[in-house]
Amino acid sequence: MRRFTDLYLALDGTNSTAEKTAMLVDYFHSAPDADAAWVVAFLTGNRPKGTGATGLLRDLCLRHTGHPAWLFDECRSAVGDLSETVALLLPPPDTATDEPLHVVMRARVLALIGVDAEAKERIITEAWTVLDAESRLVYHKLVRGGFRVGVQRKTVAKALAKVAGVDLDLVVHRLTGRFRPTAADFRRLLDPPSPDEHLDRPYPFFLANGLEGEVESLGPPTDWVAEEKWDGIRAQLIVRNDSIRLWSRGEESIGPMFPELVAAAQLPPGTVLDGEVLIWGEHGPRSFFELQRRLNRRVAPAPQLSLFGEESARFIAYDLLESDGIDRRPEPFESRRSRLERLLAQRTADVIGISPLVPFADWSELAAIRNGCAGRGTEGLMLKRRESIYGVGRTRGEDGWIKWKVDPFTLDAVLIGAQPGSGRRANLHTDCTFAVWDRREEPACLVTFAKAYSGLDQAEIESLDRWIRTNTVARRGPFREVRPEQVFELAFEGIQRSTRHRSGLAVRFPRILRWRKDKPADEADDLETLAGLLPASGT
Amino acid sequence: MLLEPTVDGLWCEAGGFHVDPWRPVPLAVVTHAHADHATPGCGRYLASERTLDVMRVRFSKDLEGTPVDWGTPIELGQCRVSLHPAGHVLGSAQIRIECDAEVLCVTGDYKREADPTAEPFEVVPCDTLLTESTFGLPIYRWPDPSTVFERMNAWWRENAAAGRTTVFLSYAFGKAQRILAGLDASIGPIGVHGSLVGPNSVYTRAGIRLPDVLRADADSAATLAGGGAIVCPPSATGTPWIRRFNGPEGARMGFVSGWMQVRGRRRWRAVDRGFILSDHADWDGLISTVRASGARRVGVTHGSSEVLARYLQEKLELETFVVPTRYVGESPPTSAAPPEASTDEGVPDREREE
Repeated sequence: MRRFTDLYLALDGTNSTAEKTAMLVDYFHSAPDADAAWVVAFLTGNRPKGTGATGLLRDLCLRHTGHPAWLFDECRSAVGDLSETVALLLPPPDTATDEPLHVVMRARVLALIGVDAEAKERIITEAWTVLDAESRLVYHKLVRGGFRVGVQRKTVAKALAKVAGVDLDLVVHRLTGRFRPTAADFRRLLDPPSPDEHLDRPYPFFLANGLEGEVESLGPPTDWVAEEKWDGIRAQLIVRNDSIRLWSRGEESIGPMFPELVAAAQLPPGTVLDGEVLIWGEHGPRSFFELQRRLNRRVAPAPQLSLFGEESARFIAYDLLESDGIDRRPEPFESRRSRLERLLAQRTADVIGISPLVPFADWSELAAIRNGCAGRGTEGLMLKRRESIYGVGRTRGEDGWIKWKVDPFTLDAVLIGAQPGSGRRANLHTDCTFAVWDRREEPACLVTFAKAYSGLDQAEIESLDRWIRTNTVARRGPFREVRPEQVFELAFEGIQRSTRHRSGLAVRFPRILRWRKDKPADEADDLETLAGLLPASGT
Repeated sequence: MLLEPTVDGLWCEAGGFHVDPWRPVPLAVVTHAHADHATPGCGRYLASERTLDVMRVRFSKDLEGTPVDWGTPIELGQCRVSLHPAGHVLGSAQIRIECDAEVLCVTGDYKREADPTAEPFEVVPCDTLLTESTFGLPIYRWPDPSTVFERMNAWWRENAAAGRTTVFLSYAFGKAQRILAGLDASIGPIGVHGSLVGPNSVYTRAGIRLPDVLRADADSAATLAGGGAIVCPPSATGTPWIRRFNGPEGARMGFVSGWMQVRGRRRWRAVDRGFILSDHADWDGLISTVRASGARRVGVTHGSSEVLARYLQEKLELETFVVPTRYVGESPPTSAAPPEASTDEGVPDREREE
């Protein structure tokens, strides 16, 4: 555990990606596989859920220290983090024993799940007697779930690739899907490549960039195809042997939430499609909001299927990554597209559909089509080069996918702070400050560009307010700085240079379109994208 | 009460003097030479000899001041006033005021840990105690300073081996000299910001052993870059001045302050490392000092005043009150922090936006 605590504190204590990678390489080299497996799980977002013992931590801490509750709350508000507050308040242990991380996980964290309050108390109290003060902080975070460290997934993959001496893309692929924190799974990350190894996981998603500059700069329109940019959940439909899986880009298995899609996906084994999950209404795709309602439902038992009736989900495929069990990603787009069309042509069920190509003769015609996308319920257009392969992650330039969204401008920003609104919202943090990544800096840092009032509904406002209160890292008067973790899609009408915000840019009429709970902060938009929206005159 | 808050600061009617006034007054009794306690422009100062030395270096050579020996009472009006070491920085004093068999003690800033660069704290029995409360929350409990120095030196050694200059950010008077005294000069050359030079000379004259240091400037840059350690105020961060000392692998910033107890503080500052070393009493130090003084009335100032006052009232059943400080809108350290220029713990006060 101590080794992991040191790693956690060291990662937390540096801003340099190179150093973080070096620390991880060190750790993966020296830690037992069973411990390293947990670290991979924590750092790649496959964190265990909470154990439901959060409230107990505070109560137990009060009992152990004899402090009054009001004093605890003062401390909590000064620290901005419950795990850390409890760790700072507890008296130091008499003797600390160094147990391996995986033992702590099994005996002192996972053991909390499903036992009664008395047993939980016993387990936590005993943990406090063996853990040193800093390890307790880490322990509390594990107990509460949602454990986060400021390390990008890619950094973890790089470190693993270095330790294993294998290709980075291979490790990225191996980390795709839900990583199970066992020693055997960790060793498998480091294995030499083998042909069948990816059978149970999705491919790394190929991500799109916003259009930079004028569309004409892309060259001859005949080199490109255009598709609608769907406003749904990006997902891979994976049909292999006798299993059908649906993986979201957030790397959650979302099949159980969309049973009608899984039921309809009778495709030949060895097929992987990339596409978008949408709720389809009478007049086309419904808003993202409808999808979120479905996501929140988590599992729809079969008898309820009929309830979805007219509001059924569809999977709109736009790429084919695997057919006949063969990885087709290195083939040019056109070839993958014709395979996709042949595959889906034999089908009549429209639950699994195909994203139609949008024909256009020249860029100006396409621009006009794009302007009409609101009527078609899409966000704009996607542009893909006919010759391009299906890459890994985000590829800039011509070989990448380009999203050409329609006005109003929208982008995904990170919430960095908030203060209470006024009147009815006086007690709720609705006045939010947003930032985008400045990637000119290494490591990237967040720069503010907009303050926006919540366009969320009352339930979301309240839920966001709770989140802000429990994730405050610093306070300046009524302004609370929060952990930069939550991503929101903002819309705005115009953009100009301004000294009002750190980014040097200000936007007109910013408003929150939606809370992107599905998107990690790392993937929010960057300053370059924002600056790319400036009018050509640049001022 | 013997001291009353006024617009100029704490005023002693019976003695005809102010304690740590924040505006120029005719007669000022000063606890120590930090800018938030010592104000230039007063008619006359009474303070410890070292405090006057530092004030002369920082304010004016011709400052009108009378040194007061430790523990030796002087008569002021109807009061007997004496100074007792507070352990905060060199020369820092608690002020004991006795009048008509009532004893009041103003602690000023103080700490209870051993520090070779400051006279050790002395408990002053009194009826009324005015205590500081900069770190008046139980989350603040200081690690053993010798362990902190070991970590600082180990970090420096590690940086030097990797070709990275080590920078310790700290207030120029007090903390900086304590750091210098704790650094292991065998690791490499030590450079100091110009603002440390004056205070350093006072310490050496007082017989405090500090390592040999270079003034960090264009001439010493080549010597210091890479293997050296630089001690400078936090305001030097991000300036061209500090960049000239970058080693082949750049530089690493370490912030040395009690605030570093809380991780959020470190991230807010975006420093590479935080070292928990404070010249103020931690929670246990505050409580034990209040107990040891035997005071029945306790005034709390400078920091988490309300919290500590409420705690002392509820738990120790003492009569408590909050003494105003010069800061407007004083609040716990995570909210509006006092301005960097006038606090000895260098609380970050970076503007975020608007």
